[in-house]
Amino acid sequence: MNDFDFAVVLDNWRFLAEGLRYTAQVTVVAMVGGILLGTVLALMRLSSMRPLQWFATIYVDFFRSVPLVQVILAFYLILPLLLQMLTGQMIPLGADKSAYVTFMVFEAAYYSEIMRSGIQSVSRGQVAAGYAMGFTYGQTMRFVVLPQAFRNMLPVLLTQTIVLFQDVSLVYAIGATDFFGAADKITQRDLRPVEMYTTVAVVYFLICFSLSRLVKRLQSRVAIIR
Amino acid sequence: MNYHWDWLFFFQEADDGLKYYEWVVSGAAWTTGVSLAALVLALVLGSLLGVMRTTPHRALVAIGDTYVDVFRNVPLIVQLFLWFFVVPELLPKGLGDWVKQDLPYYVTAVVGLGLYTAARIAEQVKSGIHSLPRGQRFAGLALGLTEWQTYRCVRLPMAYRIVLPALTSEAMNIFKNSAVTYAVGILELYFQYKQIIEKTSQVLEITIVATALYFALAYGMNQTLALIERRTRVPGLIAGGKGGH
Repeated sequence: MNDFDFAVVLDNWRFLAEGLRYTAQVTVVAMVGGILLGTVLALMRLSSMRPLQWFATIYVDFFRSVPLVQVILAFYLILPLLLQMLTGQMIPLGADKSAYVTFMVFEAAYYSEIMRSGIQSVSRGQVAAGYAMGFTYGQTMRFVVLPQAFRNMLPVLLTQTIVLFQDVSLVYAIGATDFFGAADKITQRDLRPVEMYTTVAVVYFLICFSLSRLVKRLQSRVAIIR
Repeated sequence: MNYHWDWLFFFQEADDGLKYYEWVVSGAAWTTGVSLAALVLALVLGSLLGVMRTTPHRALVAIGDTYVDVFRNVPLIVQLFLWFFVVPELLPKGLGDWVKQDLPYYVTAVVGLGLYTAARIAEQVKSGIHSLPRGQRFAGLALGLTEWQTYRCVRLPMAYRIVLPALTSEAMNIFKNSAVTYAVGILELYFQYKQIIEKTSQVLEITIVATALYFALAYGMNQTLALIERRTRVPGLIAGGKGGH
Protein backbone atom coordinates (compact mmCIF):
# COMPACT_ATOMS: atom_id res chain seq x y z
CA MET A 1 0.00 0.00 0.00
CA ASN A 2 1.23 3.51 -0.75
CA ASP A 3 1.45 5.95 2.07
CA PHE A 4 -1.67 7.57 3.35
CA ASP A 5 -2.14 10.77 1.45
CA PHE A 6 -4.49 13.05 3.28
CA ALA A 7 -3.99 15.80 0.74
CA VAL A 8 -6.88 14.29 -1.20
CA VAL A 9 -9.14 14.80 1.82
CA LEU A 10 -7.92 18.33 2.46
CA ASP A 11 -8.26 19.30 -1.21
CA ASN A 12 -11.86 18.20 -1.25
CA TRP A 13 -12.96 19.26 2.20
CA ARG A 14 -15.46 21.77 0.88
CA PHE A 15 -17.28 19.12 -1.14
CA LEU A 16 -17.25 16.74 1.84
CA ALA A 17 -18.53 19.44 4.18
CA GLU A 18 -21.32 20.18 1.73
CA GLY A 19 -22.26 16.49 1.81
CA LEU A 20 -22.19 16.41 5.59
CA ARG A 21 -24.42 19.48 5.69
CA TYR A 22 -26.94 17.70 3.45
CA THR A 23 -26.83 14.61 5.69
CA ALA A 24 -27.46 16.78 8.75
CA GLN A 25 -30.30 18.65 7.04
CA VAL A 26 -32.08 15.46 6.01
CA THR A 27 -31.61 14.13 9.55
CA VAL A 28 -33.11 17.20 11.20
CA VAL A 29 -36.04 17.53 8.79
CA ALA A 30 -36.82 13.82 9.00
CA MET A 31 -36.53 13.89 12.79
CA VAL A 32 -38.93 16.81 13.27
CA GLY A 33 -41.37 15.62 10.60
CA GLY A 34 -41.03 12.00 11.64
CA ILE A 35 -41.72 12.69 15.31
CA LEU A 36 -44.79 14.80 14.47
CA LEU A 37 -46.15 12.25 12.03
CA GLY A 38 -45.15 9.43 14.36
CA THR A 39 -47.00 11.02 17.27
CA VAL A 40 -50.14 11.30 15.15
CA LEU A 41 -49.77 7.65 14.15
CA ALA A 42 -49.27 6.62 17.77
CA LEU A 43 -52.43 8.48 18.81
CA MET A 44 -54.31 6.82 15.95
CA ARG A 45 -53.07 3.43 17.02
CA LEU A 46 -54.19 4.02 20.60
CA SER A 47 -57.52 5.60 19.66
CA SER A 48 -60.78 3.75 20.07
CA MET A 49 -61.71 4.12 16.41
CA ARG A 50 -61.04 0.89 14.56
CA PRO A 51 -60.28 2.29 11.06
CA LEU A 52 -57.69 4.66 12.53
CA GLN A 53 -56.10 1.78 14.46
CA TRP A 54 -55.94 -0.33 11.33
CA PHE A 55 -54.44 2.43 9.27
CA ALA A 56 -51.71 3.12 11.83
CA THR A 57 -50.95 -0.56 12.34
CA ILE A 58 -50.65 -1.25 8.63
CA TYR A 59 -48.53 1.88 8.09
CA VAL A 60 -46.10 1.00 10.87
CA ASP A 61 -45.84 -2.73 10.11
CA PHE A 62 -45.39 -2.00 6.42
CA PHE A 63 -42.49 0.41 6.78
CA ARG A 64 -40.87 -1.68 9.48
CA SER A 65 -40.70 -4.73 7.25
CA VAL A 66 -39.22 -3.21 4.09
CA PRO A 67 -35.53 -2.45 3.59
CA LEU A 68 -34.86 1.28 3.69
CA VAL A 69 -32.83 1.23 0.44
CA GLN A 70 -35.84 -0.19 -1.35
CA VAL A 71 -38.12 2.48 0.06
CA ILE A 72 -35.65 5.19 -0.96
CA LEU A 73 -35.58 3.99 -4.56
CA ALA A 74 -39.31 3.28 -4.73
CA PHE A 75 -40.23 6.74 -3.40
CA TYR A 76 -37.78 8.40 -5.76
CA LEU A 77 -39.57 6.74 -8.69
CA ILE A 78 -43.15 6.73 -7.42
CA LEU A 79 -43.41 10.24 -5.89
CA PRO A 80 -43.23 11.96 -9.31
CA LEU A 81 -46.01 9.63 -10.52
CA LEU A 82 -48.15 10.61 -7.54
CA LEU A 83 -47.46 14.30 -8.03
CA GLN A 84 -48.41 13.94 -11.65
CA MET A 85 -51.64 12.29 -10.67
CA LEU A 86 -52.45 15.07 -8.18
CA THR A 87 -51.43 18.09 -10.22
CA GLY A 88 -51.77 16.76 -13.73
CA GLN A 89 -48.34 17.88 -14.82
CA MET A 90 -44.87 16.40 -14.73
CA ILE A 91 -42.87 17.84 -11.86
CA PRO A 92 -39.38 16.40 -11.77
CA LEU A 93 -38.38 15.73 -8.17
CA GLY A 94 -34.63 15.43 -7.68
CA ALA A 95 -32.99 12.70 -5.65
CA ASP A 96 -31.98 15.16 -2.95
CA LYS A 97 -35.55 16.44 -2.47
CA SER A 98 -37.27 13.06 -2.53
CA ALA A 99 -34.94 11.85 0.25
CA TYR A 100 -36.48 14.38 2.68
CA VAL A 101 -39.96 12.98 2.11
CA THR A 102 -38.78 9.37 2.16
CA PHE A 103 -36.97 9.65 5.46
CA MET A 104 -39.78 11.57 7.10
CA VAL A 105 -42.39 8.99 6.09
CA PHE A 106 -40.14 6.02 6.80
CA GLU A 107 -38.83 7.16 10.17
CA ALA A 108 -42.34 8.11 11.30
CA ALA A 109 -43.06 4.38 11.58
CA TYR A 110 -40.15 3.92 14.01
CA TYR A 111 -40.81 7.13 15.95
CA SER A 112 -44.46 6.16 16.28
CA GLU A 113 -43.57 2.90 18.03
CA ILE A 114 -41.40 4.86 20.46
CA MET A 115 -44.13 7.45 21.09
CA ARG A 116 -46.68 4.69 21.55
CA SER A 117 -44.71 3.06 24.33
CA GLY A 118 -44.09 6.54 25.77
CA ILE A 119 -47.81 7.29 25.85
CA GLN A 120 -48.52 3.89 27.35
CA SER A 121 -45.98 4.54 30.08
CA VAL A 122 -48.04 7.50 31.35
CA SER A 123 -50.40 6.32 34.04
CA ARG A 124 -54.13 6.13 33.37
CA GLY A 125 -54.90 8.45 36.26
CA GLN A 126 -53.28 11.30 34.33
CA VAL A 127 -55.83 10.99 31.54
CA ALA A 128 -58.68 10.75 34.03
CA ALA A 129 -57.35 13.81 35.84
CA GLY A 130 -57.23 15.72 32.56
CA TYR A 131 -60.86 14.91 31.79
CA ALA A 132 -61.84 15.74 35.38
CA MET A 133 -60.35 19.21 34.86
CA GLY A 134 -62.71 19.62 31.92
CA PHE A 135 -60.05 19.19 29.23
CA THR A 136 -61.11 17.79 25.89
CA TYR A 137 -59.29 14.77 24.40
CA GLY A 138 -57.02 17.07 22.41
CA GLN A 139 -56.18 19.21 25.42
CA THR A 140 -55.55 16.20 27.66
CA MET A 141 -53.11 14.84 25.10
CA ARG A 142 -51.46 18.19 24.42
CA PHE A 143 -51.05 19.44 27.95
CA VAL A 144 -50.93 16.31 30.07
CA VAL A 145 -50.01 13.08 28.30
CA LEU A 146 -47.76 13.99 25.39
CA PRO A 147 -45.32 16.22 27.32
CA GLN A 148 -44.70 13.38 29.79
CA ALA A 149 -44.52 10.75 27.06
CA PHE A 150 -42.09 12.89 25.12
CA ARG A 151 -39.92 13.46 28.14
CA ASN A 152 -39.86 9.78 29.06
CA MET A 153 -38.93 8.82 25.54
CA LEU A 154 -36.49 11.63 24.74
CA PRO A 155 -33.37 9.44 25.03
CA VAL A 156 -34.91 6.73 22.84
CA LEU A 157 -36.07 9.29 20.27
CA LEU A 158 -32.57 10.73 20.11
CA THR A 159 -30.98 7.28 19.81
CA GLN A 160 -33.30 6.60 16.89
CA THR A 161 -32.16 9.91 15.40
CA ILE A 162 -28.53 8.76 15.56
CA VAL A 163 -29.60 5.64 13.65
CA LEU A 164 -31.38 7.92 11.17
CA PHE A 165 -28.23 10.02 10.78
CA GLN A 166 -26.33 6.88 9.77
CA ASP A 167 -29.14 5.64 7.54
CA VAL A 168 -29.03 8.79 5.42
CA SER A 169 -25.90 7.22 3.87
CA LEU A 170 -28.27 4.92 1.97
CA VAL A 171 -29.28 7.74 -0.40
CA TYR A 172 -26.27 6.33 -2.21
CA ALA A 173 -28.93 4.17 -3.91
CA ILE A 174 -30.36 7.16 -5.79
CA GLY A 175 -27.09 9.02 -6.23
CA ALA A 176 -27.80 11.97 -3.94
CA THR A 177 -24.69 13.66 -2.59
CA ASP A 178 -24.77 13.12 1.14
CA PHE A 179 -21.57 12.82 3.18
CA PHE A 180 -20.85 9.26 2.04
CA GLY A 181 -22.03 10.02 -1.50
CA ALA A 182 -19.61 12.96 -1.68
CA ALA A 183 -16.71 10.78 -0.55
CA ASP A 184 -17.72 8.11 -3.03
CA LYS A 185 -17.83 10.58 -5.92
CA ILE A 186 -14.39 11.91 -5.04
CA THR A 187 -13.13 8.32 -4.91
CA GLN A 188 -14.48 7.62 -8.38
CA ARG A 189 -12.49 10.58 -9.67
CA ASP A 190 -9.27 10.53 -7.66
CA LEU A 191 -9.07 6.78 -6.98
CA ARG A 192 -8.02 7.14 -3.34
CA PRO A 193 -10.50 4.75 -1.66
CA VAL A 194 -8.38 4.14 1.43
CA GLU A 195 -8.13 7.79 2.45
CA MET A 196 -11.69 8.73 1.54
CA TYR A 197 -13.59 5.81 3.06
CA THR A 198 -11.43 5.80 6.17
CA THR A 199 -12.12 9.50 6.66
CA VAL A 200 -15.85 8.95 6.26
CA ALA A 201 -15.84 6.08 8.75
CA VAL A 202 -13.84 8.05 11.32
CA VAL A 203 -16.01 11.16 11.01
CA TYR A 204 -19.22 9.11 11.30
CA PHE A 205 -17.80 7.32 14.32
CA LEU A 206 -16.73 10.51 16.08
CA ILE A 207 -20.10 12.22 15.51
CA CYS A 208 -22.30 9.25 16.42
CA PHE A 209 -20.15 8.15 19.34
CA SER A 210 -20.15 11.60 20.95
CA LEU A 211 -23.88 12.03 20.32
CA SER A 212 -24.67 8.67 21.91
CA ARG A 213 -22.53 9.58 24.95
CA LEU A 214 -24.47 12.84 25.25
CA VAL A 215 -27.75 10.92 25.04
CA LYS A 216 -26.56 8.66 27.85
CA ARG A 217 -25.79 11.70 30.01
CA LEU A 218 -29.17 13.20 29.16
CA GLN A 219 -30.91 9.95 30.04
CA SER A 220 -29.88 10.21 33.66
CA ARG A 221 -30.77 13.93 33.72
CA VAL A 222 -34.32 13.79 32.37
CA ALA A 223 -35.46 10.65 34.11
CA ILE A 224 -38.59 11.64 36.01
CA ILE A 225 -38.16 10.81 39.64
CA ARG A 226 -41.07 8.72 40.81
CA MET B 1 -52.61 8.29 -13.75
CA ASN B 2 -51.26 6.96 -17.02
CA TYR B 3 -49.28 4.11 -15.54
CA HIS B 4 -49.30 0.99 -17.64
CA TRP B 5 -49.93 -2.04 -15.43
CA ASP B 6 -48.50 -5.24 -16.82
CA TRP B 7 -48.16 -8.17 -14.46
CA LEU B 8 -47.23 -10.56 -17.25
CA PHE B 9 -43.84 -8.96 -17.83
CA PHE B 10 -42.49 -11.30 -15.13
CA PHE B 11 -42.79 -14.11 -17.68
CA GLN B 12 -40.97 -12.26 -20.41
CA GLU B 13 -37.44 -13.18 -21.25
CA ALA B 14 -34.68 -10.83 -20.07
CA ASP B 15 -31.36 -10.16 -21.86
CA ASP B 16 -29.61 -13.12 -20.32
CA GLY B 17 -32.20 -15.69 -21.46
CA LEU B 18 -33.77 -16.03 -18.02
CA LYS B 19 -37.27 -14.81 -17.31
CA TYR B 20 -37.76 -11.85 -14.98
CA TYR B 21 -39.45 -13.93 -12.33
CA GLU B 22 -36.35 -16.12 -12.29
CA TRP B 23 -34.30 -13.02 -11.49
CA VAL B 24 -36.60 -12.37 -8.56
CA VAL B 25 -36.34 -15.96 -7.33
CA SER B 26 -32.54 -16.00 -7.55
CA GLY B 27 -32.43 -12.62 -5.78
CA ALA B 28 -34.57 -13.94 -2.95
CA ALA B 29 -32.32 -17.01 -2.69
CA TRP B 30 -29.21 -14.83 -2.39
CA THR B 31 -30.90 -12.63 0.20
CA THR B 32 -31.78 -15.71 2.24
CA GLY B 33 -28.32 -17.24 1.92
CA VAL B 34 -26.37 -14.11 2.74
CA SER B 35 -28.67 -13.24 5.64
CA LEU B 36 -28.63 -16.67 7.26
CA ALA B 37 -24.87 -17.04 6.91
CA ALA B 38 -24.34 -13.57 8.39
CA LEU B 39 -26.80 -14.40 11.17
CA VAL B 40 -24.82 -17.48 12.19
CA LEU B 41 -21.60 -15.48 12.30
CA ALA B 42 -23.34 -12.69 14.21
CA LEU B 43 -24.82 -15.07 16.77
CA VAL B 44 -21.49 -16.75 17.48
CA LEU B 45 -19.41 -13.59 17.62
CA GLY B 46 -22.15 -11.57 19.31
CA SER B 47 -22.55 -14.16 22.06
CA LEU B 48 -18.82 -14.26 22.62
CA LEU B 49 -18.61 -10.47 22.84
CA GLY B 50 -21.72 -10.26 24.99
CA VAL B 51 -20.29 -12.76 27.47
CA MET B 52 -16.92 -10.99 27.46
CA ARG B 53 -18.64 -7.76 28.48
CA THR B 54 -20.12 -9.38 31.58
CA THR B 55 -16.95 -11.05 32.87
CA PRO B 56 -15.01 -9.59 35.79
CA HIS B 57 -11.95 -9.12 33.53
CA ARG B 58 -11.42 -5.45 32.76
CA ALA B 59 -9.54 -6.11 29.54
CA LEU B 60 -12.22 -8.40 28.10
CA VAL B 61 -14.93 -5.88 28.98
CA ALA B 62 -12.96 -3.11 27.31
CA ILE B 63 -12.49 -5.14 24.12
CA GLY B 64 -16.19 -5.99 23.97
CA ASP B 65 -17.30 -2.43 24.69
CA THR B 66 -14.96 -0.97 22.10
CA TYR B 67 -16.14 -3.42 19.46
CA VAL B 68 -19.77 -2.53 20.06
CA ASP B 69 -19.07 1.21 20.06
CA VAL B 70 -17.12 1.05 16.80
CA PHE B 71 -19.50 -1.19 14.89
CA ARG B 72 -22.65 0.59 16.01
CA ASN B 73 -21.47 4.06 15.18
CA VAL B 74 -20.46 3.60 11.55
CA PRO B 75 -23.17 3.11 8.88
CA LEU B 76 -23.42 -0.39 7.41
CA ILE B 77 -22.73 0.74 3.86
CA VAL B 78 -19.54 2.47 4.98
CA GLN B 79 -18.47 -0.68 6.85
CA LEU B 80 -19.02 -2.79 3.75
CA PHE B 81 -16.97 -0.38 1.65
CA LEU B 82 -14.20 -0.53 4.25
CA TRP B 83 -14.08 -4.34 4.05
CA PHE B 84 -14.07 -4.29 0.26
CA PHE B 85 -11.88 -1.35 -0.69
CA VAL B 86 -9.82 -0.34 2.33
CA VAL B 87 -8.94 -3.42 4.37
CA PRO B 88 -7.33 -5.33 1.44
CA GLU B 89 -5.01 -2.34 0.88
CA LEU B 90 -3.97 -2.24 4.51
CA LEU B 91 -3.14 -5.95 4.71
CA PRO B 92 0.31 -7.24 3.74
CA LYS B 93 0.57 -7.32 -0.05
CA GLY B 94 0.21 -11.07 -0.59
CA LEU B 95 -2.77 -11.41 1.71
CA GLY B 96 -4.43 -8.27 0.35
CA ASP B 97 -4.14 -9.55 -3.23
CA TRP B 98 -5.59 -12.89 -2.19
CA VAL B 99 -8.57 -11.14 -0.59
CA LYS B 100 -9.07 -9.00 -3.68
CA GLN B 101 -8.66 -11.75 -6.29
CA ASP B 102 -9.39 -15.17 -4.85
CA LEU B 103 -11.68 -14.71 -1.87
CA PRO B 104 -15.27 -14.90 -3.17
CA TYR B 105 -16.83 -11.46 -2.75
CA TYR B 106 -19.92 -12.88 -1.08
CA VAL B 107 -17.73 -14.14 1.77
CA THR B 108 -16.56 -10.59 2.36
CA ALA B 109 -20.16 -9.35 2.27
CA VAL B 110 -21.31 -12.03 4.73
CA VAL B 111 -18.44 -11.18 7.07
CA GLY B 112 -19.24 -7.46 6.83
CA LEU B 113 -22.92 -7.93 7.55
CA GLY B 114 -22.17 -10.48 10.27
CA LEU B 115 -19.68 -8.27 12.10
CA TYR B 116 -22.14 -5.37 11.94
CA THR B 117 -24.98 -7.45 13.38
CA ALA B 118 -22.71 -9.05 16.00
CA ALA B 119 -22.48 -5.69 17.78
CA ARG B 120 -26.27 -5.57 18.13
CA ILE B 121 -26.45 -9.19 19.31
CA ALA B 122 -23.68 -8.54 21.83
CA GLU B 123 -25.85 -5.78 23.32
CA GLN B 124 -28.80 -8.15 23.67
CA VAL B 125 -26.76 -11.00 25.14
CA LYS B 126 -25.15 -8.66 27.62
CA SER B 127 -28.48 -7.24 28.76
CA GLY B 128 -29.85 -10.78 29.05
CA ILE B 129 -27.03 -11.85 31.32
CA HIS B 130 -27.31 -8.65 33.36
CA SER B 131 -31.05 -9.23 33.83
CA LEU B 132 -30.33 -12.37 35.86
CA PRO B 133 -29.99 -12.02 39.62
CA ARG B 134 -26.36 -12.02 40.76
CA GLY B 135 -27.28 -14.90 43.04
CA GLN B 136 -27.35 -17.23 40.05
CA ARG B 137 -23.64 -16.78 39.51
CA PHE B 138 -22.86 -17.00 43.21
CA ALA B 139 -24.91 -20.18 43.52
CA GLY B 140 -23.02 -21.68 40.60
CA LEU B 141 -19.66 -20.74 42.08
CA ALA B 142 -20.72 -22.05 45.50
CA LEU B 143 -21.53 -25.39 43.88
CA GLY B 144 -17.93 -25.54 42.72
CA LEU B 145 -18.55 -24.60 39.08
CA THR B 146 -15.84 -22.59 37.38
CA GLU B 147 -16.63 -19.11 36.05
CA TRP B 148 -17.01 -20.54 32.53
CA GLN B 149 -19.27 -23.33 33.78
CA THR B 150 -21.59 -20.82 35.45
CA TYR B 151 -22.02 -19.29 32.01
CA ARG B 152 -22.51 -22.56 30.17
CA CYS B 153 -24.75 -24.37 32.63
CA VAL B 154 -26.51 -21.63 34.57
CA ARG B 155 -26.52 -18.16 33.09
CA LEU B 156 -26.52 -18.51 29.30
CA PRO B 157 -29.40 -21.01 29.13
CA MET B 158 -31.54 -18.49 31.01
CA ALA B 159 -30.19 -15.37 29.32
CA TYR B 160 -30.81 -16.65 25.79
CA ARG B 161 -34.39 -17.48 26.56
CA ILE B 162 -34.97 -14.07 28.12
CA VAL B 163 -33.57 -12.16 25.15
CA LEU B 164 -35.10 -14.37 22.47
CA PRO B 165 -37.75 -11.76 21.53
CA ALA B 166 -35.03 -9.14 21.03
CA LEU B 167 -32.92 -11.61 19.06
CA THR B 168 -35.97 -12.33 16.92
CA SER B 169 -36.19 -8.72 15.83
CA GLU B 170 -32.45 -8.64 15.08
CA ALA B 171 -32.85 -11.80 13.01
CA MET B 172 -35.66 -10.11 11.08
CA ASN B 173 -33.59 -6.97 10.63
CA ILE B 174 -30.77 -8.87 9.02
CA PHE B 175 -32.92 -9.62 5.95
CA LYS B 176 -33.58 -5.92 5.54
CA ASN B 177 -29.97 -4.97 6.18
CA SER B 178 -28.76 -7.54 3.66
CA ALA B 179 -30.27 -5.31 0.96
CA VAL B 180 -27.34 -2.95 1.46
CA THR B 181 -24.92 -5.61 0.17
CA TYR B 182 -26.13 -4.82 -3.35
CA ALA B 183 -23.68 -1.90 -3.20
CA VAL B 184 -20.75 -4.32 -3.11
CA GLY B 185 -22.07 -6.47 -5.92
CA ILE B 186 -24.20 -9.17 -4.29
CA LEU B 187 -27.01 -10.08 -6.71
CA GLU B 188 -29.63 -10.25 -3.97
CA LEU B 189 -33.28 -9.27 -4.05
CA TYR B 190 -32.81 -5.52 -3.93
CA PHE B 191 -30.18 -5.68 -6.68
CA GLN B 192 -32.59 -7.57 -8.93
CA TYR B 193 -35.36 -5.13 -7.97
CA LYS B 194 -33.23 -2.22 -9.10
CA GLN B 195 -32.15 -4.02 -12.24
CA ILE B 196 -35.69 -4.99 -13.22
CA ILE B 197 -36.83 -1.38 -12.81
CA GLU B 198 -34.00 -0.23 -15.08
CA LYS B 199 -34.91 -2.79 -17.74
CA THR B 200 -38.70 -2.68 -17.68
CA SER B 201 -39.87 0.48 -15.81
CA GLN B 202 -42.64 -1.60 -14.21
CA VAL B 203 -41.96 0.08 -10.86
CA LEU B 204 -45.21 -0.65 -9.08
CA GLU B 205 -45.49 -4.36 -9.87
CA ILE B 206 -41.95 -5.17 -8.86
CA THR B 207 -42.20 -2.97 -5.76
CA ILE B 208 -45.24 -4.94 -4.65
CA VAL B 209 -43.54 -8.28 -5.33
CA ALA B 210 -40.22 -7.38 -3.67
CA THR B 211 -41.99 -5.93 -0.65
CA ALA B 212 -44.09 -9.06 -0.31
CA LEU B 213 -40.98 -11.24 -0.49
CA TYR B 214 -39.13 -9.24 2.16
CA PHE B 215 -42.25 -9.40 4.29
CA ALA B 216 -42.46 -13.18 3.81
CA LEU B 217 -38.79 -13.71 4.72
CA ALA B 218 -39.10 -11.66 7.88
CA TYR B 219 -42.37 -13.36 8.77
CA GLY B 220 -40.85 -16.83 8.24
CA MET B 221 -37.98 -15.94 10.54
CA ASN B 222 -40.41 -14.56 13.10
CA GLN B 223 -42.49 -17.76 13.08
CA THR B 224 -39.44 -20.01 13.32
CA LEU B 225 -38.14 -18.14 16.32
CA ALA B 226 -41.60 -17.99 17.88
CA LEU B 227 -41.64 -21.77 17.67
CA ILE B 228 -38.24 -21.98 19.35
CA GLU B 229 -39.49 -19.52 21.94
CA ARG B 230 -42.51 -21.68 22.75
CA ARG B 231 -40.38 -24.81 22.96
CA THR B 232 -37.76 -23.28 25.22
CA ARG B 233 -39.85 -21.03 27.43
CA VAL B 234 -38.99 -21.01 31.09
CA PRO B 235 -41.93 -22.36 33.08
CA GLY B 236 -43.19 -19.91 35.64
CA LEU B 237 -42.06 -16.63 34.02
CA ILE B 238 -44.67 -14.08 32.94
CA ALA B 239 -42.90 -13.75 29.61
CA GLY B 240 -43.28 -17.47 29.10
CA GLY B 241 -46.21 -17.00 26.77
CA LYS B 242 -46.63 -14.96 23.60
CA GLY B 243 -44.01 -14.71 20.84
CA GLY B 244 -42.29 -11.38 20.22
CA HIS B 245 -42.63 -9.47 16.99
